[in-house]
Amino acid sequence: MSAITFIHPNEQQERVDARDGESAMLAATRHGLDGIVAECGGNAMCATCHVYVDEAWLARLPPMGDEEDALLDGAAAERLANSRLSCQIKLAPDLDGLVLHLPDRQI
Amino acid sequence: MAINTPTNDRAGREAAEQGRMTALPHLDVDPFSIEFFDDPYPTHALLRETGPLVYLDKWSVYGVARYAEVHAVLNDPVTFCSSRGVGLSDFAKEKPWRPQSIILEADPPAHTRTRAVLSQVLSPTAMKQVRERFAAAAEAKVDELLARKSFDAIADLAEAYPMSVFPDAMGLKQQGRENLLPYAGLVFNAFGPPNKLRQDAIERSAPHQAYVAEQCQRANLAPGGFGACIHARADAGDISEAEAPLLVRSLLSAGIDTTVNGLGAAIYCLARFPDQLARLRQDPSLARNAFEEAIRFESPVQTFFRTTTREVEIGGHLIGEGEKVLMFLGAANRDPRRWDNPDDYDVTRRASGHVGFGSGIHMCVGQLVARLEGETFLAALARKVARIEISSTPKRRYNNTLRGLDSLPVTITPA
Repeated sequence: MSAITFIHPNEQQERVDARDGESAMLAATRHGLDGIVAECGGNAMCATCHVYVDEAWLARLPPMGDEEDALLDGAAAERLANSRLSCQIKLAPDLDGLVLHLPDRQI
Repeated sequence: MAINTPTNDRAGREAAEQGRMTALPHLDVDPFSIEFFDDPYPTHALLRETGPLVYLDKWSVYGVARYAEVHAVLNDPVTFCSSRGVGLSDFAKEKPWRPQSIILEADPPAHTRTRAVLSQVLSPTAMKQVRERFAAAAEAKVDELLARKSFDAIADLAEAYPMSVFPDAMGLKQQGRENLLPYAGLVFNAFGPPNKLRQDAIERSAPHQAYVAEQCQRANLAPGGFGACIHARADAGDISEAEAPLLVRSLLSAGIDTTVNGLGAAIYCLARFPDQLARLRQDPSLARNAFEEAIRFESPVQTFFRTTTREVEIGGHLIGEGEKVLMFLGAANRDPRRWDNPDDYDVTRRASGHVGFGSGIHMCVGQLVARLEGETFLAALARKVARIEISSTPKRRYNNTLRGLDSLPVTITPA
């Protein structure tokens, strides 16, 4: 189990617990968090679970694949250097405390 | 997880051996009969409540109807393969009725390459290019229907709107487009068993097949369209010249009738649940979710098959190699184990995770096109239409795989 803090565009913070091996997207939707849409249900097809990874954590995530990279170009909100798809971030104990910022829109 | 490998997993083997003691429940229902199509829900409940795995004697296939098992089968393409056909017909034993699809009816690694091409042609970035055109066409269609007031929401709306945007987005010629819906109806009937629906469709198929084969050729696809984009990937060396027309064929097979039935489902839902139309009118930004929820609720694509590549255990029962497993997507999308109040159409529901578009590596590659059509149309409707009243009894259209209506007479009132 590890904790993720999601920070909404209005700075409001929301903490959810993720099971080991679960994606940040799934942990968010399981807790009913607004701001992650995840239309495709985690199949890396829709780019509606876009997050900005907090700078302190960016280097600690495994690098993104080509598919995720291409999808992020189509995300509704601006793509930044710390953009990722939360369905591709799998939680493990070393990511306990992960901080993810939510974009202003997903669609 | 409901699926184990009995040979590699001791716990799984023990569960399976116990499973051998518990007889696999057999049901004599026919999920491809007219009686079933008229009201599938009691049978869906029976399939789900009988157990995680059932055997359907009528067609000698295994069936899964609970969300967990349907989702698990969809997400284990190594054990449950597609290359032996995703209909009842086993390509290892029978010749396919048309040349096999190189994406739908393929397994990794062959599938991975063709899938990447269509994923990119229909990517979120590609949708940004067509969004404005789709939205303008939706506005125009809603205005036209408001002027008519009373019309058939299937022919004049659910068919007319996708037909006004998708063939152009593909880059198809004007001539012959009337073949598209019959061809798609044929493809989806052909996944079913050798019943009258399938036999009639195949008997009448020659002109539609000839049309589609011709339109898949590069010379018949306008520059800038999805079809031309696929052929361009042959130039780049990602696929061969021979593969490009077959991938165009996939979009012509699955890109139109599915969205017709999806949009038809959404209109039928909003007509039957006026409180949900009112909710959508209050907040038109719910349009995309209202469409998504209609896909969960009606499941326009009701079923697909897989074929086992090895002995496998589901819910305490062993299935041998080379067996067909029928997945009831529509039943999974209303499984009370997964969904609260599954028989309510709720435009605010978090519908993510439904299997109406499938799941896993074969999940509908055109899902973003479908959502864009649904969202743009329902957003225009939410702003302009106050009420949708069903003016006479809707008629069902029968297809072995697709669930939808043949006619839905309605009268609409402007906002």
